[in-house]
Amino acid sequence: MVDVAIEADATLTSLALRRAQVLHGLKFHDNMFRRLTMGAALTVLLILGGVIASLIMGSIPAIRAFGFDFLVTQTWNPVTEKFGAMAPIYGTLVTAAIAMAIAVPIGLGVAIFLTELCPYVLRRPIGIAIELLAGIPSIIYGIWGLFVFAPFLQAHVQPGLIEAFANVPVLSALFAGPPYGIGMLTAGFILAIMVLPFVASISRDVFDTVPPVLKEAAYGVGSTTWEVVRFIVIPYTRTGVIGGVMLGLGRALGETMAVTFVIGNAHRISVSLLAPGTTISASIANEFTEAVGDLYTSALIELGLILFVMTFIILAIARYMLMRLERQAGA
Amino acid sequence: MTFTYLRTAVVAAAMSLAAGGASAVDISGAGATFPYPIYAKWADTYKKETGNGLNYQSIGSGGGIKQIKAKTVTFGASDMPLKPEELQEAGLVQFPTVTGGAVPVVNLEGIKPGELVLDGPTLAKIFLGEIKTWDDPAIKKLNPKAKLPSQAIVVVHRADGSGTTFLWTDYLSKVSPDWKSKVGANSAVEWPAGIGAKGNEGVANNVTQTGGAIGYVEYAYAKQNKMSYVDMINKDGKSVAPDSESFKAAAANADWAHSPGFYQILTDQPGAKSWPIAGATFILMHKAPQDPAAASEALKFFSWAYEKGDKAAAELDYVPLPDAVVALIKKTWAAEIKGADGKPLQN
Repeated sequence: MVDVAIEADATLTSLALRRAQVLHGLKFHDNMFRRLTMGAALTVLLILGGVIASLIMGSIPAIRAFGFDFLVTQTWNPVTEKFGAMAPIYGTLVTAAIAMAIAVPIGLGVAIFLTELCPYVLRRPIGIAIELLAGIPSIIYGIWGLFVFAPFLQAHVQPGLIEAFANVPVLSALFAGPPYGIGMLTAGFILAIMVLPFVASISRDVFDTVPPVLKEAAYGVGSTTWEVVRFIVIPYTRTGVIGGVMLGLGRALGETMAVTFVIGNAHRISVSLLAPGTTISASIANEFTEAVGDLYTSALIELGLILFVMTFIILAIARYMLMRLERQAGA
Repeated sequence: MTFTYLRTAVVAAAMSLAAGGASAVDISGAGATFPYPIYAKWADTYKKETGNGLNYQSIGSGGGIKQIKAKTVTFGASDMPLKPEELQEAGLVQFPTVTGGAVPVVNLEGIKPGELVLDGPTLAKIFLGEIKTWDDPAIKKLNPKAKLPSQAIVVVHRADGSGTTFLWTDYLSKVSPDWKSKVGANSAVEWPAGIGAKGNEGVANNVTQTGGAIGYVEYAYAKQNKMSYVDMINKDGKSVAPDSESFKAAAANADWAHSPGFYQILTDQPGAKSWPIAGATFILMHKAPQDPAAASEALKFFSWAYEKGDKAAAELDYVPLPDAVVALIKKTWAAEIKGADGKPLQN
């Protein structure tokens, strides 16, 4: 009897021991997993910090030499080593604005058509076409822009624009000058084509997440398709759509090769959208390899820093807008 | 057993490495993109003849200068010569390898290559944006016979920093005080007019596409692509076409012997046949190289190139240096590039 009890006790202890071992092993694995993922997350922070630090260190000579004037000066003179970033900043913002003005409405239109209206057989081909568009390397867009698109604009679109707006007060200045083919408008168009797939495919994916019951209910009470999109789909997916738009904007701000090919690369601010301009990334790509002298290199690195800060500010604004939207929706 | 086997393997590997090292030295260089095709061609032939390879990275002149100063390569290459003071400061020797230059190209209906002729001051005014149409009196005066349209002139320039731009702006600075004070000479400048394009092909393409355009490209590029070039009036007041003769004349007429560090920019050179916008491309090496063996191999390579590389250079439309200049360069090597023992690396 006693023997049995002892034996049972021993079995129990060994069982508990094994249990503890197994639990310990699981805990160890869990811990490892936690550390690994944390390590991955910290790597991102570390890389980001490293980028910021090296950008700031690299641009110190330029910041010392030009100070705040760097942001508001248009001169970019490698001979006298006087540099100002206003023309590239202006070009970056204007081309991105043109791109978004074209890509967002079209992208949303594509997404709405695909999710709400498109016959089932067409959905896949159009969806795949959009994703393929996103996969084309930017240099291809650049070459196509320079050899095909710019000559087409020069011959068929720009003369028409110049003539059509010749007597309209503000627009005549925006569309003035000889049709070069390349220029800020062309760059904006190319960027729009490049950004479009981001906006369209992300919007489509988030539109697909709308619960059918909501839409069916809306149709049930007699809504038109437009009303369903306007009052059900878009409010429900706002956050995701804005996310897609921001991703597109990020690409438009930083895109380099395609823009370099078609923007005309002039460090000047022109009112006319048909005139050549430059962007931050195009300037860096063009000039970095042959930049001789510390100040020149440093000015280019400071341009990079400015682009970094600009992207950061725009992302922050997007976050803030999303927060406000969510608060409104909650209230 | 296993140990012996391992040891044999290691020794064999070490021996084969050492043997490989002795038979094929790789010379490393970095810099200008303009001479890259000819350096690559020379390297290829040289490797077949001697077994020694050359690893040249065409990262741009600026990068080449930085790398040789940082001693990460055996030689650096630059389209823009360094000033003698700068060479002195960094302990570098500089010498030219081949000549090239810039050629103005136009897109004008009814004008064939070489039909139009321009002089320096007019070219400067066009690129300053002061002469705006092709039927301007200044252009008409130089071309009384050509049918010039009243078309707007579209100026196309390089957007990326480039040795070609340096030669172009250096020439315009020499012939136009206005250009010198307003713009100056550099591998990238603040252009007063026109559109910028990336690379020779970008400029060429923009010129071909835009009616009334004028741009400039490297001589080799203009020739290989049969672009509609413009003749120039040189310092002696003679009209010359861009061909290997006129580039050679420009190199021959320069006063190399009295230029320390071969600091010569072959723009606006005297001589009836001299093309006015020519320039040599340069090699930079340390006077007291860290690795004398590699430096010696590099000098052997360039020496071979001067002797046997002319034909290859001409095939690629680079203009070889006159023999007198090569003799001067070899004298400089003997006098200035020395090993650790103070003896010249190359005689």
